[in-house]
Amino acid sequence: MMFVPGNNPGMMADAHIYGPDSIMLDLEDSVTMAEKDAARLLVYNALKTIDYGSTEMVVRINPLNTPYGKKDVEAVVKAGVDVIRMPKTETADEVRELEAEILKVETEIGRVGETRIMAAIESALGIVNAYEIATSSKRMMGIALGAEDYSANLKTNRTPGGAELLLAREQIVVAARAAGISCFDTVYSNLDDMETFRKEVELIKTLGFDGKSIINPRQIEVVNSVFTPTEKEITKARAVVAAIKEAQAKGSGVISLNGKMVDRPVVLRAERTIALAVAAGVIDKEEVL
Amino acid sequence: MRNSKVVSLEEAVKRSGLKDGMTISFHHHFRGGDKVVNLVVDKLAQMGFKDLKLAASSLSDVHKPLIEHIKNGVISGISTSGLRGDLADAISHGLMKEPVVFRSHGGRGSAIAKGELKIDVAFLGASSADELGNACGYSRSENAKSICGSLGYALPDARYAKHVVVITDDLVAYPNMPMSISAADVESVVVVDSVGDSSKISSGAIRDSKNPRDILLAKQAAKVIINSGYFKDGFSIQTGTGGASLAAVKYIREEMLSRGIKASFALGGITAHMVKLHEEGLIGKLIDVQSFDKVAAESIKDDPMHQEVSAVEYASGEHPGSATHALDIVILSALEVDTDFNVNVLVGSDGIIRGAIGGHQDTAADSALSIIVCPLLRGRIPCVVPHVTTLITPGKSVDVVVTEYGIAVNPARPEIAEKLKEAGLNIVDIKDLAAKAKSIIGTPDPLPFGDKVVGIVMNRDGSVLDKIYNILQ
Repeated sequence: MMFVPGNNPGMMADAHIYGPDSIMLDLEDSVTMAEKDAARLLVYNALKTIDYGSTEMVVRINPLNTPYGKKDVEAVVKAGVDVIRMPKTETADEVRELEAEILKVETEIGRVGETRIMAAIESALGIVNAYEIATSSKRMMGIALGAEDYSANLKTNRTPGGAELLLAREQIVVAARAAGISCFDTVYSNLDDMETFRKEVELIKTLGFDGKSIINPRQIEVVNSVFTPTEKEITKARAVVAAIKEAQAKGSGVISLNGKMVDRPVVLRAERTIALAVAAGVIDKEEVL
Repeated sequence: MRNSKVVSLEEAVKRSGLKDGMTISFHHHFRGGDKVVNLVVDKLAQMGFKDLKLAASSLSDVHKPLIEHIKNGVISGISTSGLRGDLADAISHGLMKEPVVFRSHGGRGSAIAKGELKIDVAFLGASSADELGNACGYSRSENAKSICGSLGYALPDARYAKHVVVITDDLVAYPNMPMSISAADVESVVVVDSVGDSSKISSGAIRDSKNPRDILLAKQAAKVIINSGYFKDGFSIQTGTGGASLAAVKYIREEMLSRGIKASFALGGITAHMVKLHEEGLIGKLIDVQSFDKVAAESIKDDPMHQEVSAVEYASGEHPGSATHALDIVILSALEVDTDFNVNVLVGSDGIIRGAIGGHQDTAADSALSIIVCPLLRGRIPCVVPHVTTLITPGKSVDVVVTEYGIAVNPARPEIAEKLKEAGLNIVDIKDLAAKAKSIIGTPDPLPFGDKVVGIVMNRDGSVLDKIYNILQ
């Protein structure tokens, strides 16, 4: 998910050419108070006029308790955004308040239920309430960590190893999995240190995250290379999937591969590997079907 | 020494027999740092000359003082590869009575060799020269003040001009060998304080572009090359100096290493990137008409496998031995490409001259595979358009256009399109690219051109390709 400032038309016009899975146009922290209205208008027009292809479009709105939040919701829902990212989410009630606002605008334009929600968790309270937030709405598609505000709230600083974020990251992954939704890690801002960035992406993949937030197209390649399954992993996953098919054909409930029984977690992992490989474009979707 | 040719600039001019109406020539190897053109033309103005024709291999921002010399009648005609800055702006608005004649580097070499462009007196700057006129674009002395490397564009002038004056800021002991310009071609040597500002002649180290769009374009261009069918052991390549061209070299290098492929030669303007590949053993030889940076300039001085060539040997369409005839792949840039694959590298979308033909026409025509790398949009300016503002390189010479929104292949090269499709590249119709640009930006208002011809674009064979009209605003 690539962050793009909502007040920069040049960047908004062609952010999709670099091939991020999703683009988050930002109306919140990257836009100054004086530019809030202009940025909202720009984002509205970008969503209405630019052909972003199959890229998922997300807009980060201002909090609803600011003078801008509700206007942001109205503009981006009317423009047909895929996902609204709610910043600084701390409780399930806040999500339900956003949901009501979205429903109001959707009802007005006759397009009910299309807009989904992503909640950014950026405080200790939010982390404590992560599962309630994750399950607060049917529209909730994922939760994400906002590490800058979170580490400030913890009264600590961000470090290269990310020790201060460990609990928050694990809590977000666990809450998302328990709720059956996606989870996304925070941004890494030092564009000149691709090595540390790569290590961080490897870490969050190991923790179980579905993706990483990025601030520059140059980071896409690193994220994709870490998340794309290796040839060895794909071969193994294919073998498992083939074994499932074989077992189904025989009507057998027990799946075996190379003489060993295949447990359900192995099957799930294999299916996830194949799904990631298809998403990364290294194998053909039709090939799998 | 006996027979020394060293004289003052004024004396050299007197000896040359220069008269009003004659043609004087210069090279542009000192690029934005050049002091020679302004120094010489100031002197000629002071000596009272009028109506001179200035034949430069190229002109740039630094030649702004020529505006006054044109107004005062000292210079009445210009031929060049390109124009930039205030001089270009003034000429685009109709400063000169006679149109400027634009030629490619190969076209200029041919025109001089054939006598179509007759040079009466060539004033050729050099980073070192001895008293008889053996001259180089570098110096081996401790007093070296400047370095530009190859003097390739000056060599046709040295050979064919009626009278040659070498101007240097480092007079070295005879013999200044190996030399680029031979004393046999030189009538006078003038020593000056400085031929150019070193910091503006050549930049230092390799800088990789961090612009994501350049990187994207570069990766696509590299994929085109790798999958084109021409990427095999012994291939040859030329690239420009734009961010995307330089970045493409990086990706091609990685693929050369992984496949164990080596290039026989790299041609043209040589950059530090090419020198690095050569020194790694990935490129056999460097054929250098212009050294683009200090690394390349130092390399040509020290490495016998890094050879200087003249503009004729580099890119003349009619010279059977010119290197472009042996070139496999060239990556070029563009200001505009149109739906017939015609390219403009000279006149901006505002109607003002802001570039140079360089070797564009020559390498596109002679190479086996010509690739134009060009963003679809530069800010609010569309770069793939229905018709180019000015025709510089005809579409029949252009094989592939790489943009950030897809790759267009000239319908005349279906076999290349097929190979690139097989490799999974996003091949699109160039008309769809133009339509995409239009859908994002709209159709710009037509440019307010007047009816005065301010420039004539020559094809490399000496025929006229297009005319540039004065811009009114």
